[in-house]
Amino acid sequence: MDLQANPRGSICARAVRKTYPGREKPSLAGVDLLVDAGRVCALLGANGAGKTTLVRILTTLTGQDSGTVSVNGWDVVRDPARVRASIGVVGQYAALDEVLTARENLELFARLIGLSRAAARSRAAELLEQSGLGEYAGQRVSGFSGGMRRRLDLVTSMITRPAVLLIDEPTTGLDPVARRTIWAAVRSLADHGSTVLLTTQYLEEADELADDVVILREGTVVATGTPSDLKALVGEPRMELREPTLEDVYLHLHTGSTAA
Amino acid sequence: MTTTAIQHTGSVLREAVILTGRSTRHWRARPVTFSVQLLFPVLIMLLMGGLLGGAIAGTTGDYIVFVVPGVLAFTVLSGIETTITAVTGDAAKTVTDRFRTLPISRGSVLLGRVFADMLTAAVELAVVSAAGLLLGWRPEGGIAAIALTYALLLWLRFGLLWAGVWIGLKAGTPEAATTTQLAIWPVAFLSTVFVDPRTMPSWLGAAAEWNPLSATASAARELLSGGELPGVTAVSDHAVLFALGWPLALTLVFVPLAIRAYRRLS
Ligand SMILES: Nc1ncnc2c1ncn2[C@@H]1O[C@H](COP(=O)(O)OP(=O)(O)O)[C@@H](O)[C@H]1O
Ligand SMILES: [Mg+2]
Repeated sequence: MDLQANPRGSICARAVRKTYPGREKPSLAGVDLLVDAGRVCALLGANGAGKTTLVRILTTLTGQDSGTVSVNGWDVVRDPARVRASIGVVGQYAALDEVLTARENLELFARLIGLSRAAARSRAAELLEQSGLGEYAGQRVSGFSGGMRRRLDLVTSMITRPAVLLIDEPTTGLDPVARRTIWAAVRSLADHGSTVLLTTQYLEEADELADDVVILREGTVVATGTPSDLKALVGEPRMELREPTLEDVYLHLHTGSTAA
Repeated sequence: MTTTAIQHTGSVLREAVILTGRSTRHWRARPVTFSVQLLFPVLIMLLMGGLLGGAIAGTTGDYIVFVVPGVLAFTVLSGIETTITAVTGDAAKTVTDRFRTLPISRGSVLLGRVFADMLTAAVELAVVSAAGLLLGWRPEGGIAAIALTYALLLWLRFGLLWAGVWIGLKAGTPEAATTTQLAIWPVAFLSTVFVDPRTMPSWLGAAAEWNPLSATASAARELLSGGELPGVTAVSDHAVLFALGWPLALTLVFVPLAIRAYRRLS
């Protein structure tokens, strides 16, 4: 077939174009993206760069105008059901039922994908444990903080034990402490062997989590490489004495140590 | 091939039932909201009885007998708000996106909505009926007529709920539910639900009888009183036929529209 040599667990997009109806400017103007199995790739770009659009195409939510996209070896247009069976999706906003408790949310989605009542219960317990939200299991999501929602959302996306995880801006709007908790969560998912594509507006986040970085600007890939490749592109590292930022102060107060 | 089709149908049903369970959990989680929703039509019935009863039917007691079938139909109409709220709520919280990226059947989310809303409607109709009985309303016309009445009411709810799903998917925001709520009142008043069309100016009475809601209200009134009720147009002579036909028309129009809107969400 028309797939790469080893498609299992990988993400492949070729010449993807997308212009929303009624818009003149394309949101994606011929994007190529390749993420090998088991790698963590950060799609870095400012607001409006086209990150969410690409994620929605990769997750079968939106169709591209042209170009081919495959995830885990399956074409998103021809085999959307198989793509869905192999991905975990974390959208830009936590997709949770606010009225239900954390445990009820996990059990609902676990039951939906075919687990028995008992299996759903134990899967939910396992994921709650993994998210560190065990003690809040019986509480309604409507009372959760942004960071707690994100963590629950992350583990909810793991319910299918996906080979590929797609995460849209996991830490936007979170405080630095919550951000680091999410980073740890993403890293542990990656350590379990999942392929991860995450989008972010923060260079620091890409540097922290990613093996590879793809920089997207106005619907076009402008740079690809490892974080150190990209840093080298900017030039020799300079020793710089800088004033502590508010983030440093905030982290210091929370952890009682000096943040790097 | 056939086995796959059966398996597919099996999983659609299973998933739809699980999603219905989600809605009943919402009731349990928000008992106050749910009670208010259930008692609202009863409140309307009491208000109408107190305010208009004497003027329209001579006595409040007579009016209760007149208005219960109408309020049953009104309950079915106002249920569309439940549908729209649920659909727009899931869209706003991106829960719909989560459903659409899960390895589940395409139809199960909409079917789950249908099951949940039909179940809600059954409970709502039971509450209004019970309140009517307490206020002295007594259905006549026999078991078959009563069964047919409730079947017609649920049939209208079925047609309306697809309209609700379509409006909800197209509007996308919970604010849309508020707008629809405003539209419910003119539709209800321009019908035979609360007022006998013979007491209206003739053109208004005729317009009211052509309202889909009136067909169901008039059919219920006839079936539950066990006799023909005079109206102002030919519609009232064939109330049951129209009560079957209007929801069929709604279903034929809105089922494809709703399914298409769901498929084309992006
Ligand atoms: N549903 C939509 N309809 C029309 N335009 C859209 C839609 N979604 C995104 N866009 C436009 O596409 C461009 C890329 O948006 P998006 O993919 O959301 O970027 P990012 O996630 O990087 O912020 C923006 O110009 C945005 O306005
Ligand atoms: Mg975005």
